[in-house]
Amino acid sequence: MAKQPIIETEELTKTYDKEMAVDHLSFSVMEGEVFGFLGPNGAGKTTALLMLLGLTEPTSGKARVLGVDPTRNPIKVKGMIGYLPENTGFYGDLNAKQTLRLVADLNGLARELAEERMESALKTVGLDTEAEKRVGAYSRGMRQRLGIAELLIKDPKVAFLDEPTLGLDPDGTNRMMDLIEKLCREKKMTVLLSSHLLHLVQRICHRVGIMIRGKMVAQGPMDRLAKEKLGMGKEKYTLEEIYMKYFQEA
Amino acid sequence: MRGIKTIFKKELADHFSSYRFLILFALIAMVSLITSYMVGLDIKENLEEVAKPRLVFLMVFTSRGAFLSLVEFVAFFGPLIGLILGFDTINRERNEGTLSKLLSQPIYRDSVINGKFLAGAATITIMMVSIVLVITGLGLNLVGVVPGLEEIWRIVIYLIISIVYISFWLGVAILFSILLRSIATSALAGFAVWIFFSFLLPYGADTVARAVTSDVGQRGPETIIRQTRIQKAITLISPMELYTDATATVIDPLRKTTRSIILMGPMERISQARFAGPLPLGQSILVVFPYIISLIAITAICFAISYTVFMRQEIRSL
Repeated sequence: MAKQPIIETEELTKTYDKEMAVDHLSFSVMEGEVFGFLGPNGAGKTTALLMLLGLTEPTSGKARVLGVDPTRNPIKVKGMIGYLPENTGFYGDLNAKQTLRLVADLNGLARELAEERMESALKTVGLDTEAEKRVGAYSRGMRQRLGIAELLIKDPKVAFLDEPTLGLDPDGTNRMMDLIEKLCREKKMTVLLSSHLLHLVQRICHRVGIMIRGKMVAQGPMDRLAKEKLGMGKEKYTLEEIYMKYFQEA
Repeated sequence: MRGIKTIFKKELADHFSSYRFLILFALIAMVSLITSYMVGLDIKENLEEVAKPRLVFLMVFTSRGAFLSLVEFVAFFGPLIGLILGFDTINRERNEGTLSKLLSQPIYRDSVINGKFLAGAATITIMMVSIVLVITGLGLNLVGVVPGLEEIWRIVIYLIISIVYISFWLGVAILFSILLRSIATSALAGFAVWIFFSFLLPYGADTVARAVTSDVGQRGPETIIRQTRIQKAITLISPMELYTDATATVIDPLRKTTRSIILMGPMERISQARFAGPLPLGQSILVVFPYIISLIAITAICFAISYTVFMRQEIRSL
C-alpha cells in the first residue's frame, strides 16, 4: 500500500495575530491512500489545507505536494490538486455544464478534452440527468456532488476534501463516501479528507491524523492508534473512542 | 492571461444578463433621449433664421434642456453607473463561497480583480458609446446638421474622458467591495463618497474659501480672486470637478480656459469679442490635458489600492 509520500510537511506553522492556528505540523500522506484529517472545529485543519494549496503563506516550516513547494509555486500546485472547500459556493444562475466549463476554462483545458471530462465527471457523480438545471435549484447533496465533479475536471492526482459531508442527509452522506472510495479505487486518487463523521472516516480511511489546537497529536493507521491508546485489539475499537481519548487528554 | 480572459468573459456575460444593467441602461437611455430631443428641437428653432454657426452640432450635448445638459447629466449620474456595476464585485463572491473556489484554480490572484475591472470597464464603454451614438443620430435628424470631422473628434475625446471617469467610480466601488464584507455596507460607502463629492464638497469649498479670506476686510477684486482660487483648489480634489471642467472645455470649443472667473479690462474685452472664434481642437486638449491626466491618475491609484489590499488579504478571511 504505502509507496512514497505525496504530501509532506515539516514543522508547518501559521500564526494569526499571535494566535497559533497551525503549530509545527509535520505529517505525510502516501500515494493512493485516503487520509482522514480529524479534529474539533477551529483546530486548524482548513488552514493547513490552505497552506498545502498555496492559498495561504505559512509563517514558517516547509511543505511539499507532489514534489512542489506550494508557497513557491502555487499555480502549479493548484493545477494538480482538486480542492473542495468547506461550504463551497456556486454561481446560482449557471447550470452544471456551464459551471464545469468555467472550471475547465480556468484550467486552460482544450475544448474536446474539457467536454470529455465533463461528461465522465457528471456520470461519475450521478448528475448527468440534471446537467441542464440551474445550480441555484440544486439540493445540498447535489451541490456537494457537483463540487466533486468540478474537482474531477482537473483530473487531479490529489484531492483535498474539506468537510464534504457537512449538512448532508444520511443517504447523501453515504453516497458521498461511496463516491470518495470509488475515486480512490478507480482513479488512484490520493485523498486528504477532513470530517467529523468518525464512523464513516473509519470505514474509508487508511490512516488518520488527529489535530487539536493546531497540533497533530496522533497520526497513523487506526488499529495502531487503538492499540496505543486503548490497549485494544482489532475490530473492537471505534474511531470515536480513540478520538475522544485524545480529545480529553489535550 | 488565461484567468483574466475567462473571468472577463464570465463577468461580461453576467453584466449583460443582469436586471441591474438593464434597469440602469433603460434609465440612462431614457433621460438622454428626452434631453437630446428637447435640446435638438430647441436648437432647430433657434437656427431657423440665422446662418449656421460653426460647430453647432456639439450644442446637442452642451445645451441645457429642461433641467440638465447631457454633459452635466453624465457628470452627475455617471458615478452611479460605476458604483452600481461594482459595489458587490468581490464581497458577493466571498459571501457565496465562490471566491475560494476561483482562487483554488490555477490562476493568479490578480486575474480575478483585473478580469472583473476590465469587464466592468468594457460594460461602461459599450453603454456610453451606444448612448452617444443614439444621441448623435437623433441630433442629426433633429438639428439637420452633419457634424464635421473636428466635432466627431471632440465627441470621441469626450467619450474617452467619460469612460475613464465612470471607470474611476467603478474602481471606488470595487475597492469598497474588497474592504467591506457586507454588500449593503459597501454600496452605502460608495454612495457616501458620491454624495460627498457631488453635494457637500462644492458648498464646503465655498465656506472654507470665505472663512479663509474673511480677514482681508473689504471685498475688493483681490479678495474675490483669492476666494475663487481657494474654492477652485479645494474642489479640484473632486473627480466630478475634474471631469466637468475637462469635458466642458473639450465639447464646448468656445470655452478657452477651465478657470471660472476671468477679470478683464476694456481692451481685453474688445479683443475677446472680436476674436470670439472657437478654440482649435489641439488647443482645447492642451487646456484640459492636466485634468485628463489627473483623472487617469486617480483611477490608477484607486485600482492600485484595491489591488494591493486584495493581494494581501488572507484567504481564511475571504
